[in-house]
Amino acid sequence: MAAPASGSFEALAAENEALWGFTKPQLIALGLMLVGILVAPAILYPIFLMKVLCFALFACAFNLLIGYVGLLSFGHAAYFGMGGYLAGHAAKAWGLTPEASILMGGLAGMLLGWVIGWLAIRRQGIYFAMITLAMAQMVYFFCVQAPFTGGEDGIQAIPRGRLFGMIDLSADTTMYWLVAGVFVAGFLFIHRVIHSPFGQVMTAIRENEPRATSLGYRAEHYKLMAFVISAALSGVAGATKALVFGIATLTDVFWTMSGEVVLMSLVGGLGTLFGPVAGAAIIITMQNYLAEYGAWVTVIQGIIFVLCVLVFRRGVVGEIGRFLKVRL
Amino acid sequence: MLTERRTLLTGGAALAALPAIPMARAQANTLRIGVLTDISGTYRDPTGPGSVSCTEQAVAEFQGRGLNVEVLRADHQNRPDVGANIARQWFDQGVDAIVDVPTSSVALAINQIAREKNKVFLNSGAATSDLTGPACSPNTVHWTYDTYMLAKSTGGALTRSGGDSWFFITADYAFGHALQRDATSFIEAAGGRVAGSVRYPFPATTDFSSFMVQAQASRAKVLGLCNAGTDTLNTIKQAREFGLTSRMKIAGLLLSMAEVHTLGLDTAQGLVLTEPFYWNANDRTRAFTTRVRPRLSNGWPPTQIQAGCYAVTLHYLKAVADMGVAAAKASGTDAVARMKAMPTDDDAFGAGMIRPDGRKIHPTYLWEVKSPRESSGPWDYYKLAATTPAEEAFRPMAQGGCPLVRS
Repeated sequence: MAAPASGSFEALAAENEALWGFTKPQLIALGLMLVGILVAPAILYPIFLMKVLCFALFACAFNLLIGYVGLLSFGHAAYFGMGGYLAGHAAKAWGLTPEASILMGGLAGMLLGWVIGWLAIRRQGIYFAMITLAMAQMVYFFCVQAPFTGGEDGIQAIPRGRLFGMIDLSADTTMYWLVAGVFVAGFLFIHRVIHSPFGQVMTAIRENEPRATSLGYRAEHYKLMAFVISAALSGVAGATKALVFGIATLTDVFWTMSGEVVLMSLVGGLGTLFGPVAGAAIIITMQNYLAEYGAWVTVIQGIIFVLCVLVFRRGVVGEIGRFLKVRL
Repeated sequence: MLTERRTLLTGGAALAALPAIPMARAQANTLRIGVLTDISGTYRDPTGPGSVSCTEQAVAEFQGRGLNVEVLRADHQNRPDVGANIARQWFDQGVDAIVDVPTSSVALAINQIAREKNKVFLNSGAATSDLTGPACSPNTVHWTYDTYMLAKSTGGALTRSGGDSWFFITADYAFGHALQRDATSFIEAAGGRVAGSVRYPFPATTDFSSFMVQAQASRAKVLGLCNAGTDTLNTIKQAREFGLTSRMKIAGLLLSMAEVHTLGLDTAQGLVLTEPFYWNANDRTRAFTTRVRPRLSNGWPPTQIQAGCYAVTLHYLKAVADMGVAAAKASGTDAVARMKAMPTDDDAFGAGMIRPDGRKIHPTYLWEVKSPRESSGPWDYYKLAATTPAEEAFRPMAQGGCPLVRS
């Protein structure tokens, strides 16, 4: 396997791959994360944990794009929110089973990502970010007006239904295992994508697009594929969240949600495998436990964002990795 | 390396220092009431901390009757997902009733969760009449107002008192459309007509000047505003700048004392609006205001929604005292059924009752905002324009489509 092109510590750690493309420290981190997922519901409130997992998947999907292809999308709320709306509509109006509804959500994110990505990847840098933001706002205004989204009220009372038509998900603990399963599957899938030859080309494009092109890779195809994968997984995350809370609302398609996922990835560490998970956990925990301070939550988030940019540039997980001289 | 280590330590310390939400400790005999409201956003003034204070006032007035009551508060940030999350957590941790909940989308979400968990939902702040219509639940009481009652009082009563031609400025989304549709039906039923209407993109419209010109050209007698919050304030200010206020009456379909206060009497004079509670309406409301005002942190008299929180909590406590704490905690449906069986009486809304669909009924009043010259002191804002009796003020149960009523 080719050594990754960037970062001294990455190069240091690249040689000791242990299993399935994970390095030893990554395997340890993965083990810790899985144990955490297994043990957590015994200690913490399951709905809170499910929220963390949904956002962790969302942030991982976003990180696939910015961390590994170097594309800063500022419109990921569109796929997240639309995934939620479609899953909600599928479960409520069409009576689909939860797994089918989640797939519907993923499909919605994918198609939307295909269209928006196809347009957006023609530009780079700030223009790319602005195009994705503009398109996402169009999706938002569509959701305000479209009859099936319920406008301001959102889609309320989405039934969790029965998994495969058999397992009743109305109990929070049962639902938790479904969410955990979706998250772990999504996480491993993202890891697989990153460590495939396809992922290597993505990283190559991030490092030097003209060189990748000169080597014969069609950079645009790779970018579009990465965009679509990222959008589809965001859709899955949104769909899962909609089923957990039984509600799909405008909050999830609004641009602040796109900002939040950027923040999560930044706080956790861009371009690290576990960074977005840690970032999502930190941000959601803050929102949850600081909720009573109202508007201060946003202020505190802003301060954290500034701190990250100034002193924490690699994010929590990135800095830990650097400190331990390993790639996480 | 030192810098990095320090950064990490600081981060860790900051995380450890995060205060946690005070967890509700389960005690068999304690009744736990959670006030879920907008503490930081647009609706802070008409609801917010004042709703909490008014709920506490009800609890304080009920003290000494052997009930142990704890009042919690939380901010739903006007986001249904945040509200739903808090409500689930509260109910799972032993909260028995949730009070207030402004913002219809959040209220509809909580309505669902309270029913699912068999708890009690005492709504004062939300406008949607769906709470006692298609979405009605045996666990919910909708106390203060709703869109139907606002449209009926503002549209119908104003038309009958001479404002018989209307022009609407409507926020272009479901809520605005619903307000306009309802108001139109009452205006036409009262013999008036709608001369025209215009829809503006929602959200993010701040310039209403072209609509003002259209409104002026329509020669209608009343300008109806089918929007809410900041949009309403902006439309009123701009209508005033265009001099519309001297030619037309401006009727806000969702307007309250908090907005009038924000605008100031100079701008707000002549506005017409509907509220079932006004602090200076009669001796009982004044007595209630005197009692509760020291608790209100902003020093305002209570708003209709805050008064609703007081009244609904008081009635809930009466029902709980009547049936016993254990029974009330065991089943939200039973507690609400008992509330419906007992006639209501409080200083804020007078005597009334709760219908089987969960709708509390009381008379509603159409107010006109005084001019600065007519106003005799601070907060003396309204003069009465019309009254709709309790039986006619709200949507008849048969028309609501509430499944509870049919069965």
